[in-house]
Amino acid sequence: MFKHFFNLEWKSFFRSSSFATNLVFKILTIFAVLYFIVVFLSLGIGAYFIIEKAGLGDPLRVVNRFMIYYIVMDLYTRYMLQKMPVTNIRPLLYLPIKKDAVVRYSLGKTALSFFNWSHAFFFIPFSIVLLTKDYAPMQVIGWHLGIMALFFVNNFLNILVNNQDRVFYPLLVILAVLGISQYYGWFDITVYTAPIFDAFYDIPWTAVIPWGLLAFVLWASFRYFRSHMYLDAGLALKKQEGKTEDYAWLNRFGNLGTFLKNDIKLIRRNKRSRTTVIVSFLFLFYGLIFFSGTYDSYPIVFVFAGIFVSGGFLFTFGQYVPSWDSSYYPLMMSQNIQYREYLSSKWYLIIIATVVSTLLAVFYLYFGWKTYLAVLVGAVYNIGVNSYLVLWGGAYVKTPIDLTTNKKAFGDKQAFNGKTLLLTIPKLVLPLVLFWIGDFFFNETAGYLMVALAGVLGFAFKDLAFKQIEKVYKKEKYKTLSAYREKAA
Amino acid sequence: MITATELTKKYGTQTVLDLPGLEIPKGESFGLVGNNGAGKTTFFSLLLDLIQPSTGGIHNNGIEVQHSEAWKPFTAAFIDESFLIGYLTPEEYFYFIGELRGQSRSDVDALMESFEDFFHGEILNQKKYLRDLSKGNQKKVGITATFIGNPEVIILDEPFANLDPTTQIRLKGIIKELTQNREVTALISSHDLVHVTEVCERIVVLDKGAIVKDIQTSPETLRELETFFAG
Repeated sequence: MFKHFFNLEWKSFFRSSSFATNLVFKILTIFAVLYFIVVFLSLGIGAYFIIEKAGLGDPLRVVNRFMIYYIVMDLYTRYMLQKMPVTNIRPLLYLPIKKDAVVRYSLGKTALSFFNWSHAFFFIPFSIVLLTKDYAPMQVIGWHLGIMALFFVNNFLNILVNNQDRVFYPLLVILAVLGISQYYGWFDITVYTAPIFDAFYDIPWTAVIPWGLLAFVLWASFRYFRSHMYLDAGLALKKQEGKTEDYAWLNRFGNLGTFLKNDIKLIRRNKRSRTTVIVSFLFLFYGLIFFSGTYDSYPIVFVFAGIFVSGGFLFTFGQYVPSWDSSYYPLMMSQNIQYREYLSSKWYLIIIATVVSTLLAVFYLYFGWKTYLAVLVGAVYNIGVNSYLVLWGGAYVKTPIDLTTNKKAFGDKQAFNGKTLLLTIPKLVLPLVLFWIGDFFFNETAGYLMVALAGVLGFAFKDLAFKQIEKVYKKEKYKTLSAYREKAA
Repeated sequence: MITATELTKKYGTQTVLDLPGLEIPKGESFGLVGNNGAGKTTFFSLLLDLIQPSTGGIHNNGIEVQHSEAWKPFTAAFIDESFLIGYLTPEEYFYFIGELRGQSRSDVDALMESFEDFFHGEILNQKKYLRDLSKGNQKKVGITATFIGNPEVIILDEPFANLDPTTQIRLKGIIKELTQNREVTALISSHDLVHVTEVCERIVVLDKGAIVKDIQTSPETLRELETFFAG
């Protein structure tokens, strides 16, 4: 039986319509995986010595202390990224295969996920280092096995809580609050959780408990799936209640308003675009890395950060125009629509988001007016130059977007598209060069002025820029249409 | 109204459409029949400038569709679900199309009211997004949307497929009524010979990209077509 399943899996991989074109992407994914493996490995080997050197105490105890965050983060990443095993089950229902076998296979498949075995690259070397440092072997093994079981527990927990946003997001908030409380020393959850992980080491046989837990969640998910294997239960596609909304206040913008209305609905009603907006919100805090003092003597870094802080939406949403409309692109192309209006609405959306981000970023004033100035300058450049560049680059991005899933929300093969890659140079490098010129010949202020000036100039030549972008879109129209027709596999 | 001259579409060495000359006069109800792969959808896609011809071109009301977009205001089409916006409710979709075609909300509402029968109470006020409607109901929405804004050319690819019998009969009525006063040119493709002979005054049979029959519909047409496809 498993031979058949394996065979199907194999074919679905090699025969997927995007296989050939995705080969480059697959190779790059492998590199990314290798990268993480190396990072995990070096952390696994190095963690002991780093902690010891920093004088934080017994490395094992320190790791145990933060284990709760590690495990919760793991669950979080899984929730966001790990695919559910239900895909491809539907066609199997009609075939003479025992349902139990299908469920076992689907669940078993998830156990092989990268999200499970990647942790081994940290914990195996770490445990080996512990052994070489004369920790009691049986106890280390007990601890190791106990922790490993917990990751597999996460694997099945994720399956059970999947799509339960109501449970998930409150949990996330609680965790954030706990993290902050710990940082400021109000309340330390690790005091209560560390002993649990310590126990796996101190009393090795307690490692049986997580294995018991694993057996339980495995049984629970088996039961859950088995009883939901009906088209109108677990395999049903989730339906949202539709609401007709008007946004009449946008009517005054004419045709532009029509598109804006649509774009707002697009963002609000689709999982993928909502995630994008959340990610773009996180960009706001990207500057904290650069503005908090370390780089004070390198103002050029400020410019870089300024562009990211105000341009979160621009980069995350803008670079996928027109792919957001991929599922109904033929409609857009045969309706009474001028490219100019279509592009304008996306452009306005990007501009509005950039302005809002800049206003929200006002808290950077805390680090001094100069810091906020960098954000402002970045915003001007984003509005005047980068807004065109993302739209222009978008014309070459021909990856259809499936709005209803989060799959690929974080990075896509298009990121490695030569032309789009080339376009990041003016997006990020040019402002740095401009700043450097101003700073080198005059002073810092002149550097900022140079960048802002480029933005203002770009803004002034809006019509010209739009004409060029329109041309590119027209030229790429047929290729784009045919690429969108092949659904993302 | 619509003229195709020396129109061919090739993929590699394979010719999927070859129309040396096809003329569809204004106000005609034009039926396109053929087996899978005969080139029906290819022809419609060329007409809508969604794919590029290998040679030749199509004029829609004197406008060469490849070079100008001026045909868009008076042309409406429903080819497949890629003409629907999944995250909108049917109402929102109709208003969106209406706004693009310069129709006010009340214009659209009035039009929709006349389609109440056709909708059979399954489209409006259902609190569902288009992506969650059944295939048949999605089709109803797509077809109805092509009637918004009084277009002069309406293109429907396989409008009868996936519809229930009642809706099929109603749709035939709608199309007949629409083409009756010869203002609207309707292009309809179908696999269903009965339906297409009933609503179209002219029927063209495509086979492997070429026209093999071009007949004015008469009482004998259905039999003629059946004999052709049986062979």
